[in-house]
Amino acid sequence: MSSHYEAPIREPLVLGEKSYHDITVDIAKPIEGKANKNWYIAFTISLIAFLWGIGCITYTIGTGIGVWGLNKNIGWAWDITNFVWWVGIGHAGTLISAVLLLFRQRWRMAINRSAEAMTIFAVFQAGLFPLIHMGRPWNGYWVLPIPNQFGSLWVNFNSPLLWDVFAISTYLSVSLVFWWTGLLPDFAMLRDRAVKPFQKKIYALLSFGWSGRAKDWQRFEEVSLVLAGLATPLVLSVHTIVSMDFATSINPGWHSTIFPPYFVAGAIFSGFAMVQTLLGIMRKVTNLENYITRLHVEYMNMVIMLTGGIVAVAYASEFFIAWYTGSPYENFTYMSVGAATGAYGWAFWSLILFNILIPQLLWVRKFRRSFIASFLISIAINIGMWFERFDIIAIVLSKGHLPSTWTRFEPTFVDIGIFIGTIGFFGVLFLLYARTFPVIAQAEVKSILKVSGENYKKLRDGNHE
Amino acid sequence: MSNKVVHALYNDDDILMDAVKKVKEKHIHIEDVFTPFPVHGLDKAMGLPHTKLAITAFLYGLTGLSFAIWMTNYMMIQDWPQDIGGKPNFSWFLNMPAFVPIMFELTVFFAAHLMVITFYMRSRIWPFKAAENPDVRTTDDHFLMEIAIHDNEEELKSLLSETGAVEINVIEKH
Repeated sequence: MSSHYEAPIREPLVLGEKSYHDITVDIAKPIEGKANKNWYIAFTISLIAFLWGIGCITYTIGTGIGVWGLNKNIGWAWDITNFVWWVGIGHAGTLISAVLLLFRQRWRMAINRSAEAMTIFAVFQAGLFPLIHMGRPWNGYWVLPIPNQFGSLWVNFNSPLLWDVFAISTYLSVSLVFWWTGLLPDFAMLRDRAVKPFQKKIYALLSFGWSGRAKDWQRFEEVSLVLAGLATPLVLSVHTIVSMDFATSINPGWHSTIFPPYFVAGAIFSGFAMVQTLLGIMRKVTNLENYITRLHVEYMNMVIMLTGGIVAVAYASEFFIAWYTGSPYENFTYMSVGAATGAYGWAFWSLILFNILIPQLLWVRKFRRSFIASFLISIAINIGMWFERFDIIAIVLSKGHLPSTWTRFEPTFVDIGIFIGTIGFFGVLFLLYARTFPVIAQAEVKSILKVSGENYKKLRDGNHE
Repeated sequence: MSNKVVHALYNDDDILMDAVKKVKEKHIHIEDVFTPFPVHGLDKAMGLPHTKLAITAFLYGLTGLSFAIWMTNYMMIQDWPQDIGGKPNFSWFLNMPAFVPIMFELTVFFAAHLMVITFYMRSRIWPFKAAENPDVRTTDDHFLMEIAIHDNEEELKSLLSETGAVEINVIEKH
């Protein structure tokens, strides 16, 4: 077993006396069993929220955007806030599956599948907002450069909103094939275990006839590596392009060259927080505590601390630059003395509290390794990152260049209802996923079992004595 | 000639690797190996040639980049050279910075999707394709080596049982 050597200092990633077959059984169990009462309760709540959201969307499209709380100066508020928030959440999945693959991080194996699912479901939610915030969503297809009967009237490639269309659709589709390709061996495992004919048919269809030949695996690994290499710049570019919706404008507070890297850092920060929230629940309810361990939680918390630190530095820079420019307009931006003491002071201080102050608790090892503390802090970050986007958008727009345009924004129940609806839709998708898909990439966990499994580590360490 | 093959099942990847090496030493051709997860170094031990999928991805990426350059140039500079917000449209290069996001995204889009489609075609996997692993245990915790028999059934069997196979089956392939 010399090929499976690992430094003894590393903690095991797979706990318990697991064999390859145990991994199969543990991961197939939630799918092959029946859903319990709690699942149905959670699913019903999500479904009701989702249906309520559909109602609000229908009302908006049927009546007009005027049912939202927007006004002629604040033309973007909850819609784009939620869009950027959901896109940001989606970023951790690709980071875990792509960036951590490039860095050969073994701990990603147990969490990448769910993180990617979260990415895809979050990008679905995000993708709704660019459509429904249009005044004429039925003309939405005009954003595509399709030859047409208007003398072939094209789109304008100078607009970041068009770059968004390309970025989000590329991101969603590439994430989807990356995720699905990784799922093939796991669906094949379920197909070969299925006893009910209907289940066998479904998983045979989903697994695309995967047979696990040596040549297939060789290509599979090459494809995964190249996709990871492509997805890494993609994930950085997508939120960069989203940030350019603001950064390429002339609004003080938006026109800022720091936005691209800072939005990406914030996206990873909020995305990891959401992974932490979801996996904190999932490891318990699916009995996968031996695979998603305290060590995984701690590593994720470390990434949260790093990206949270980058975000904090960016806030400090924005605050400093708002003062340093000497431009009077910059004093009303979202990170300025004007914002801290103005009408939206509560939003400013919520951002500081939830995003910067509370996550600092993670410097304490006890909190970093605590499931409860990580869970609560991750929820604080999800709230804080929502406020970040809201502050950037609404505070900046509320005080523009002309004092006669200064105004306030109050959301209506439709603004709020649509946001709740997307959370419900996300919940519906994620709950269905957790019941039908292998939530851990079993083929990948099996490939690290001999390196990082607790029983194998014990055997090896015993030999050294 | 009858198409008989021997299926040797193993229950450990390290034993499988040693077995593959031993079989290769005897200059016996291995038809295929089915494993539940990627066994690192197996392709090398079997002597499989390296895959060229990464090269195809590079070429697909170049195609996407060229397409993006052609599209932005045709639509923004050639077909309708309009003044939108004072952006220069006299030549493609003058407005090039605004096209970078599109160029980047299309490069990634083409490279990723066409490579994945190539992979699916080359490995012959698609929806409704029937699975071809001879034993269902090979997606769980067993490793299967398939070797064709050319009048050397007994010799093969004894060689494979020496390598630690937990099960050896001779199967008539149609």
